[in-house]
Amino acid sequence: MHKYILRRLLYLIPVMFGVSLVVFTMMYFTPGDPARIMLGESAPAEAVEDLREELGLNDHFVIQYGNWLKDLIFNGDIGSSYRTRRPVSDEIIDRFPTTLRLAAAGVAVSVVVGVPIGIISATKQYSFLDNASMFTALLGVSMPNFWLAMLLIIQFSVNWDLLPSSGLDSPISYILPAITLGTSSAATIARMTRSSMLEVIRQDYIRTARAKGQVESVITNRHALKNALIPIITVIGLQFGALLGGAVLTESVFSIPGVGRLMVDSIGARDFPVVQGGVLFIAIAFSLINLLVDILYAFVDPRIKSQYK
Amino acid sequence: MSSANLKSQMVTDLHVATKKKKRSQWVAVWKRLKKNKAAMIGLVILVVLIVTAIFADVIAPYGYDDQVLQNRFQTPNSEHIFGTDAFGRDIFSRIVYGSRVSLQVGFIAVGIGAIAGGALGAIAGFYGNRLDNWIMRIMDVLLAIPGILLAISIVASLGQGLTNVMIAVGIGAIPGYARIVRASVLTVRDQEFVEAARAIGTSDFRIIMKHIIPNAMAPIIVQVTLGVANAILSAAALSFIGLGIQPPEPEWGAMLSEGRQYLRDFPHVTTFPGLAIMITIFGLNLLGDGLRDALDPRLRD
Repeated sequence: MHKYILRRLLYLIPVMFGVSLVVFTMMYFTPGDPARIMLGESAPAEAVEDLREELGLNDHFVIQYGNWLKDLIFNGDIGSSYRTRRPVSDEIIDRFPTTLRLAAAGVAVSVVVGVPIGIISATKQYSFLDNASMFTALLGVSMPNFWLAMLLIIQFSVNWDLLPSSGLDSPISYILPAITLGTSSAATIARMTRSSMLEVIRQDYIRTARAKGQVESVITNRHALKNALIPIITVIGLQFGALLGGAVLTESVFSIPGVGRLMVDSIGARDFPVVQGGVLFIAIAFSLINLLVDILYAFVDPRIKSQYK
Repeated sequence: MSSANLKSQMVTDLHVATKKKKRSQWVAVWKRLKKNKAAMIGLVILVVLIVTAIFADVIAPYGYDDQVLQNRFQTPNSEHIFGTDAFGRDIFSRIVYGSRVSLQVGFIAVGIGAIAGGALGAIAGFYGNRLDNWIMRIMDVLLAIPGILLAISIVASLGQGLTNVMIAVGIGAIPGYARIVRASVLTVRDQEFVEAARAIGTSDFRIIMKHIIPNAMAPIIVQVTLGVANAILSAAALSFIGLGIQPPEPEWGAMLSEGRQYLRDFPHVTTFPGLAIMITIFGLNLLGDGLRDALDPRLRD
């Protein structure tokens, strides 16, 4: 088991190198001169040129990449933002907890809403409730989340003036963004829960429990759910990872100072160090979450656990 | 006949018999699909969308860029079914023309992903070993970056505009198709008819194209349908952030972005583009789900 985890972790390293190279290449070819952007349009050409030398922007691609990599590995330094001159790592770490909280809130919403709906749909298959739920779930997946965000804002902030539409002043501020993020996840989880439960319910051991006279609700909640939970947990974990990436749009609409919005702003401002560091960071976080989900899955599914005993 | 001719004849016979079986298989799939009402609704939506895109010039009452500044922000009325936007342009016409953009992005992006991804997957699966390893590792690199972020980065480095959006979304779709095709190749690769085809000297390329790819068609079709939906969503998201299709091109996501500033006073500007996106994606999802069920091998024979 530990060998499996170790191997997966080691495998991450070349992949992350690949990510860093891809990101660096993309930024290298992005049009726009960071030096000029930093100094402004009216700055004299020599000042711009001096800054370019200082930042190492005139070096060959391989040298720039090598330097960046060297700083990253030996000094833990991923450069400083062109805009704020602060270390990139500071910029990211300042904002990461916010995005994490947002993603967690989104996952919470999606689980609380999605799992029960999925269970009910499965136990009452083909009923009106089932069809209506699955219809709504499909709508949820089909809605662009930035549009949902705007609809929620129109209804809850503008018309009813109940919930804040931007910033993160108080805990209530999390509500609308969490709903926005959580909706499509909830829909996916509901559908996944339903199909997983349906598969489990057909199994023989459920029939046996029923034949033995067990109460239906106990069958559902203890026997069926526990087994159906395995793929559901996987989906939840993957959704968490996806939410980290999807937070980009939600943070933009609600003006939340998170990593996603930092990425969008930095790309627009040609703040390359931030983009390079940020995408690398997100990729690592994303991969680690996927790895955690795989490990969790192996732990929870006794069939897989026994393989590694 | 000589033994070479005999082998050739056998492979051809097997091939013809397989083709006949395949044709009736597709007919069976279509019949199963027709029974699924939800999937049929999805198909109708898709057809309506395609027709709208093709005949946009005829269907739209106004041009997509006809600015009539006296008519700004009209709510739906008899002259403008969906109202007008910040520049007095007819929203209905913009949505009709926007369907062209959305469909273009959807199909071309998925096309790029399916062809490039499929080719990579076929090569990886067929030749195995180190080539397989390397290709899949590159796919993992692409998969490590969450979709939107990858698309944003690519568009940022390539520049804005319709073509680059298609490329960006297409690249993001590649790993998915690579995996599907590779999995199909792996299941078929060691079967006897492949060995037989090799024995009579068929080139690897022909083997892949004629024998292996048809096997992968079922999951590819499902993935394509859902992929078009995803591509349209991604394009809308990119335009929403301002990194995609540029004004005055009518793109549904861009229309949402423009309407965002006027959310408080004129919410109707954002309602219809959002609905358009949602209905399109919804229909494609219905169709994709239906196709997946209809193509499910467990229900076959």
